[in-house]
Amino acid sequence: MLVRVQPSAFDPWREVLTYQEAQPGLAGKFGATTVFVGCLRDFNQGNAVAAMTLEHYPGMTEKHLERVCVEAGQRWEILDSLVIHRVGPLLPNDPIVLVAVWSAHRDAAFLACRYIIDELKTRAPFWKQERTPDGQRWVVPE
Amino acid sequence: MKTITVRYFASLREKMGRSEETIDMEGISCVAEVWSKVSHEPLPANTLVAVNQDYVSWRQPVCGGDEVAFFPPVTGG
Repeated sequence: MLVRVQPSAFDPWREVLTYQEAQPGLAGKFGATTVFVGCLRDFNQGNAVAAMTLEHYPGMTEKHLERVCVEAGQRWEILDSLVIHRVGPLLPNDPIVLVAVWSAHRDAAFLACRYIIDELKTRAPFWKQERTPDGQRWVVPE
Repeated sequence: MKTITVRYFASLREKMGRSEETIDMEGISCVAEVWSKVSHEPLPANTLVAVNQDYVSWRQPVCGGDEVAFFPPVTGG
């Protein structure tokens, strides 16, 4: 299990492969990998979005992301999970978040991946501020 | 003297005009009283609160050395 919050851009597909290859316990054991990648759109709630800044609560964010991944492992038979989340300034098309889950069979990987991203959205302390033609605005949950 | 560290994030940080402060614990026993000490305004609706980086309710007791954080609903992912 790995949780990483970082200001630098990342390639989610490369990260999945790099992490997977570095886990000796995974080789030959997983039959399923599910991957969720969230990217920045150039529109939101009816407005064009030119850029975004993501703020977080260092320490608390990682703690809650790790807790969510542990919970997923308790609920479903998964082998491993990986979460990477950007902070700081982002541009449209940038990957914001990666959630990857490995399991022997597909059901556990699908369900655990969905659980992790859904819980992340309601529990991990991140805040998005968008730059639109009307200025900066904090995103409010829908 | 016992103190509490209070932190603010995102829109609440901007509203408060500061990201962090240290307050004297005297007369404070719970999270609601921490807010009363740092602001004369009612708490903005939907504000979340954490003590030592765990979500808590307004009635949560606080102790010297605690870190209390106030912030708006989260929007990650």
